[in-house]
Order: sequence, then C-alpha cells, then structure tokens
Amino acid sequence: MLDSPKPNPPKADAPKTLADDRRIEALLLHRELEEFNNSYAAALDELRLMDWAEMFTDDAFYVVISRENADRGRPVGLIYCENKGMIHDRAFAHENTEMFAPRYLRHIIGNLQVLGEDQNGDIRARANYVVVQVLFDRPEAKLHQVGVYYDKFRRRGEQLKLAERRCVYDNLLVDNALCLPV
Amino acid sequence: MTSQKANFTRDYVWPDDDLTVIPDWVYTDQVVYEREVERIFHGPTWNFVALEAEIPNAGDFIRSNVGPTPVVVARAQDGTIGVFENRCRHRAAEFCRELSGSANEFICPYHQWTYDLKGNLIGVPFRRGLGGKGGMPADFKLQDHGLPQLKVTAHRGVVFASYCDTMESFADYLGPEVLREFEATFDGRKLTVLGHYRHSLPGNWKLYHENLKDPYHATLLHTFLVTFGLLVAGNRSLMLADKSGRHGVMASAKSDAKSVTGDAKKEMRSFKEGFTLHEPRLMDFVEEFDSPWSVTMATIWPNLIVQREMNTLGIRQIVPTGPHEFIMKWTMFGFEGDDEAMTRHRLRQGNLMGPAGFLGLEDNEAIKFVQDGMQRVPDGKHLVKLDPQTPVGTADTLISEAAIRAMYRHWRQQMGL
Repeated sequence: MLDSPKPNPPKADAPKTLADDRRIEALLLHRELEEFNNSYAAALDELRLMDWAEMFTDDAFYVVISRENADRGRPVGLIYCENKGMIHDRAFAHENTEMFAPRYLRHIIGNLQVLGEDQNGDIRARANYVVVQVLFDRPEAKLHQVGVYYDKFRRRGEQLKLAERRCVYDNLLVDNALCLPV
Repeated sequence: MTSQKANFTRDYVWPDDDLTVIPDWVYTDQVVYEREVERIFHGPTWNFVALEAEIPNAGDFIRSNVGPTPVVVARAQDGTIGVFENRCRHRAAEFCRELSGSANEFICPYHQWTYDLKGNLIGVPFRRGLGGKGGMPADFKLQDHGLPQLKVTAHRGVVFASYCDTMESFADYLGPEVLREFEATFDGRKLTVLGHYRHSLPGNWKLYHENLKDPYHATLLHTFLVTFGLLVAGNRSLMLADKSGRHGVMASAKSDAKSVTGDAKKEMRSFKEGFTLHEPRLMDFVEEFDSPWSVTMATIWPNLIVQREMNTLGIRQIVPTGPHEFIMKWTMFGFEGDDEAMTRHRLRQGNLMGPAGFLGLEDNEAIKFVQDGMQRVPDGKHLVKLDPQTPVGTADTLISEAAIRAMYRHWRQQMGL
C-alpha cells in the first residue's frame, strides 16, 4: 500500500489565499449587516422603540427624507435626529405622548449592498426598505413607505451600531401621517 | 346634476341659522364641494401658489394648484411671474409633468403645441397643413388660444393667484391685523427653501382651517405644546380673526412650564409632569422677529397656512381633491443670512411639524377621526359653542371657537347658503 499513488488532496485543505480570506470576510460582514437589519425591522414591527433607539451610536444621525428633497439637496426631513438623545426622545414620544390611531406595521428590508469602508472604519451600506401598514379601522394592508436606507455602521465592541441612517423614501405623498419611525 | 342644482338652497339649509352648530353636509357633500371650487377657490380669493425663492431665475417654473386645478407658476424673461392652467388648449393634456424646473418654453408632449413662459400659444405644428391639405382652419389665431392666465400678486416673496379679475389688493384682502402678523414672519429678509413635505389627509379641507382657529384643542391634544409651555391655557395668547372672518392668526407667547397653574394642569391630561428631553435644544427659541408672539399660525383664506413655530418656519398649501380628502404641500424655509447653526436649529425644531412632527402628526390624525365620524354616522351636527361672550371674531381666551364661527359666517356668504 505504500506505493499507492497519493490521492489529490480535497480542495478544503488547499492553502487559503488572501483573496479567499477577503471573500469570506465580505460574506460574513454582509450576513452580519443583514442580521442587524432583521433585528432593526423586528424592533420596529414589535414597537420596541427603546430597543430601536439603542441600535444607534451616541452621535448618530437619523433622518427620514423624501427623495424629492434629497435629489434637490434640500435637507428637510420628516424626522430629523442629530444624535441618539433625539432618537431616544422620538422613541419616548411615540411610545408615551403621541396621539395616533392603533396600527400594525411590517418593515421589510432587502437588496443589501455593502458599499465600502470609510477611513475611520465606518462601513457604508445601502438597502431597500418597504413599510406596510394596517390600520385597525381600514383593514387592508397598504404600502406606507418605499425607499432606501443609506447607512454607516460602526463597531462598538462585539456589536454593530448605526452611526448614520438616511431613509430616503420614494413616495411623493405621505398617507396622512408617519406615526412611527422607519 | 340639474335637479340637484335646482334644489340647492332647499336641500342645504343651515340649521336654525345658528353658527354654533355646523351641519355635516358642509364637509361631506360633493355638490357643496363643487360649489366651493367655483365660488371660493375660483372666486374672489387670493390663492397661494409659490414662494418667489422657488423660482428665482427667468425660466424657472413650479407646478402648483389653485383649489384642485393644476397650474404652472413661471418666471418669464422679463422677470414677471405668470400663473396659468396646466392644460393644453388643444386636447387638454396636462403638459407640465415635472414638479419644478427651468425651461425656455412649454411644449405639450402630445402634439407639440408650444407656449411661452407667460402661457401664450406660440406654435402649432402643421398649422397650415401639408401640401395644401389639412391643418387648422384659416381663421385660427394663436393669440386666441393661450392658456388661461390668472391674476397674480406677490407680497414679501409669497406669490398668490386669482381667477377673479377684480381682486382687491393683497393688503386689503388680509386686513391690517392679519397683514401685520404676515409681515412679522415675512419680515423682508430673502427666503431660502429648506425643503417640502407632502401628504394626503382624509378629511375635508376646511377642517384644517378650523384646527388652527381652535386654540382649545392645542391646549389639550398636544403634549409637546402643553408640557413645554408653548401654548398652554393661561399663556399670553390671542385668537385673531380678521373683519371678514375668513383669515385668522393663533398666537401665543411661550411661558415656562413651571408657571402652569395647578388648576390648568388638572384640566390637561396631556400635561406630562417631569417629561424632559434628552435634547432640550429642540425647544429653544431664538428671538428673531419683531413680534410679541413666539408662535403664530396664520390661516390665509382659502388655501394657505403660515407657520411660525418659534424658529421652524413653513407655509402649507391646501389642495382639495374632493369633500373627503385634500393634499397638503409644505414648504419649509429659512432666511438668507442664516448661519449653519441657525439652519440646523430650524431643521431640528422641524421635528415638531409636518406629517411626522410631534404636533403635526397628531393634528392629521385628529382631523381624520372627525371625517371618519361624519362618514360613518352621517347627517349629524358639530358643536362650536365655546365662548358665547364672543359670538364671532377675535378672542382673547384660548377656550374659544369664535374664530371658527367667524369663518362660517364668511363661508355662508361666499357660498350663498
């Protein structure tokens, strides 16, 4: 048996190249951001707004802005938060002080693309989003928002946080009111 | 339709001629709505159409509306502003499809009839036919087929249009008291546009006017107003109505929340004792206006709201689409000379307003609830009985509906009802 020819080694045992490492890293990062967005959608769908607020860095910028404004370089947003304090105030107000009709929401996030890494290590990404709304007194589900998240993610220890999320929505008209964040 | 018109005054009688009760048909009836378009929006009123800052240069245009009717607002080569219908004289195509832009002329995409920046017809392809055949009749004149042009006026950078040729001046239209508040906000500085909000609202368009002539709700519905002292029962305030009753200004001077009396707190469920903000700058007021008021909400009949909520400034244009719904277009602005910090402050404070604003979303929801109530239990009446000491007109208490009654006195005159 000693003379029998050595079989070709299986591919998995091949020495890993730098390119392989990068590909795996990219896949892991993509998966990690997807998982983040899934948790983000779940927090909003389940109205856990304080959990939602905790997904941002202290200096985070969060804005919901129409494509009409964004395309024209006009800064006005439906929601305009310059830091986590304002995001927290939003969450608190929507949970405790704002008067609006009860509803179910479903956030669907897809088409994630990782766009690159900034000098400071922030990860730039974008994803399409859809918000579907069901009002208790108008039982059909209606498309409430459709748009794109333009994101900057930052590592905080084991966790990822959003340092920036610009929600740019395509629909020209908001259906009555945007009563919860997107 | 004919029979409805014949029965109009018989079928639509205001109950007991009493302004403290408003019948539902005022808000829900298609015939009443169509009469409003004819007599109010297309009648003797100045309708807001644009800010000059949105069309600063020759050739700039913006799509707008007078009532439900689509118009184009354009600045011609000579610098004047024209307002004309967005409807080709040939086959009625709504030819201008962009929200705003810049052009040398308007060409209807269907058959390429061409209009200049003032709405004059300047070109009809194959007008003389081809090879001696076809074409328009020999007596067809371009000058007889321009786009219907509205009368235009502008005051402090705010542009208005009217279908009525015999309109009074804008200053006379507002009256001295409302004009003073208008000029306190539009104080002569040049405006810079910060952006728009657009939303639908499933309620009758007049409910939006009423909401801003109803300071009672402001002290009850809006936690942010009440808890942070912006508009609280007991504040120095005014609910102004002009002589005609069509315009109004709700005005209030910000107070310290600590000054709210125990009695007032008991009446206001929305007062949240101890509610504080992580970002208190949201509620900062930078004094910049020659006015005793920190907040004014002016309702300019029939389609304009001027919002000066401390330092977040905006105008809101009502575009009715039927008795049960209207579209609201907001244009948020600042002034030339605002530094980066001031612009940021206006944007930050903008969280109070608009369809996701801490105040704005609550108003939209409340108005929708009113329309729902009328549609689902029809043929009812509303009560607007607060403050009988002031039957109609200006009230110096927030617990008043006198300005709403004044508006309906005017509405009934305009509508002949």
